[in-house]
Amino acid sequence: MKDLIVIGGGAAGLAAAISAYDEGLRDIIIIERSQSLGGILNQCIHNGFGLHTFKEELTGPEYANRFIKEAEKRNIEAKLTSMVIDLKPHEVTYVNSNEGVVRLQAKAIILAMGCRERPRGALNIPGYRPAGIFSAGTAQHLMNIEGKLVGKRVVILGSGDIGLIMARRMTLEGAKVLAVAELMPYSGGLKRNIVQCLNDFDIPLLLSHTVVNIEGKERVEAVTISEVDSNRNPIKGTEIRYECDTLLLSVGLLPENELSKKAGIDLSPITGGPIVDDQYLAGDGIFACGNVLHVHDLVDFVSEEATTAGKSAAKYVMQENKIKEYFSVTTGFGVRYTVPQKIEKNRTDLTIRFRVNDNYRNSYIVVKSNGVEIKRIKKAVLAPGEMESVKIMGPVEADLKVEIENGNN
Amino acid sequence: MEITELTCINCPLGCQLKVSVDNGKVISVTGNTCQRGKKYAETEVISPKRTVTSTVKAGEKRVAVKTVPEIPKEMIFDVMREIHKVNITGPIKIGDVIVHNIASSGSDLVATSES
Repeated sequence: MKDLIVIGGGAAGLAAAISAYDEGLRDIIIIERSQSLGGILNQCIHNGFGLHTFKEELTGPEYANRFIKEAEKRNIEAKLTSMVIDLKPHEVTYVNSNEGVVRLQAKAIILAMGCRERPRGALNIPGYRPAGIFSAGTAQHLMNIEGKLVGKRVVILGSGDIGLIMARRMTLEGAKVLAVAELMPYSGGLKRNIVQCLNDFDIPLLLSHTVVNIEGKERVEAVTISEVDSNRNPIKGTEIRYECDTLLLSVGLLPENELSKKAGIDLSPITGGPIVDDQYLAGDGIFACGNVLHVHDLVDFVSEEATTAGKSAAKYVMQENKIKEYFSVTTGFGVRYTVPQKIEKNRTDLTIRFRVNDNYRNSYIVVKSNGVEIKRIKKAVLAPGEMESVKIMGPVEADLKVEIENGNN
Repeated sequence: MEITELTCINCPLGCQLKVSVDNGKVISVTGNTCQRGKKYAETEVISPKRTVTSTVKAGEKRVAVKTVPEIPKEMIFDVMREIHKVNITGPIKIGDVIVHNIASSGSDLVATSES
């Protein structure tokens, strides 16, 4: 019986394991399916990571390495190339080529499996199914880890940060990126990435546009992009045909919760991740943090959240656990979701993270406790692409509601 | 006098900045909400700089690299040409200098992953 099993050795898993160790746990194991720790950070070779955590700008591999070194210092065991195939409370089943199928019991389990990319199949794009259609993250892995440029003439659908980063990356390596099409009338990517990944290389960003046709039998030969109306339906006569060999999809990330479902954990239909309390407890001895819980835009917040989850898991293992009583956190106007969704009665000093459902200017984030305002923060701008957070000093004495006030788009 | 339009990159507001330049000197910045916008506009118009990140060949593997400090924006493709020529042998640690003064930019190419 282990004290703690952490599933996933990326940004969240590493920070959670380190924090659980520092809180007093010793018998910890990280189970990671790839050959090395660090997760998706290893392929994110661009800079801009760690401004909050380390007050300097690091690349993804550098950020990961800081945490890997900390885990090594503490002699935290990491089982690599091992895939967890089943999960139930206090028991993990993993498989690898040396040991075969192994069942491992633990007093607590932390879910840190991250997320995966929304695939073409989820988009209903008409046209053929030739080679040359990649999710942006797959192209990034092939480019940055394997050194393979996936195409020479590229169209990108989706203007999230990964799509923007890949537009620059492929341009630097000699590809011609013809356009980035975005279904929404605004980009979900950072301004910095729009300027430095697109404008620097004169790559057009086509807002309110989507892919309406893909041509090519063996390999992509052309992609047709069309403008969409306010209901996101393509407008006839606005089609532009791009001759190209590659289409990259950067159309959203989905928390990877197949294992969580097997363990009977309740998932939020909005975040796609487990419903958790303020200690990131998702089920019987099971905690969740990072992108498996809800998709983050900054890794610094993943590390922060995972540190809390690791600490909570350690406390859970070492203390007698009483049955918790909860207040709920609900969403009001303008707020798409919150994490956590419930808070233990009388808790103090906690962070509620959330996303807004539209762009708002000159508005307020308001938190109410049983209808009474307890917090008000002025925000010049709120955008769906930027995760927000409010700190609650507490003690929490009633159901909380987070909402946006005076929001004019 | 020349007027350049920029999007500020400091925060999600993304202010549309107008920068007036005369004889290589910034005369005025308008459209900014805060001082960070003014500062950004001044450097971006006169001498824009970028960190270039890529990978270099290390035998069968790839090692991630970056330019330290940032290079002038117009040298990005000069630096990329030099990056493509590199093939390193032997173990590499994070922070090792792979190429000194790459493409005469005054910046070094530094490893950001281990080989």
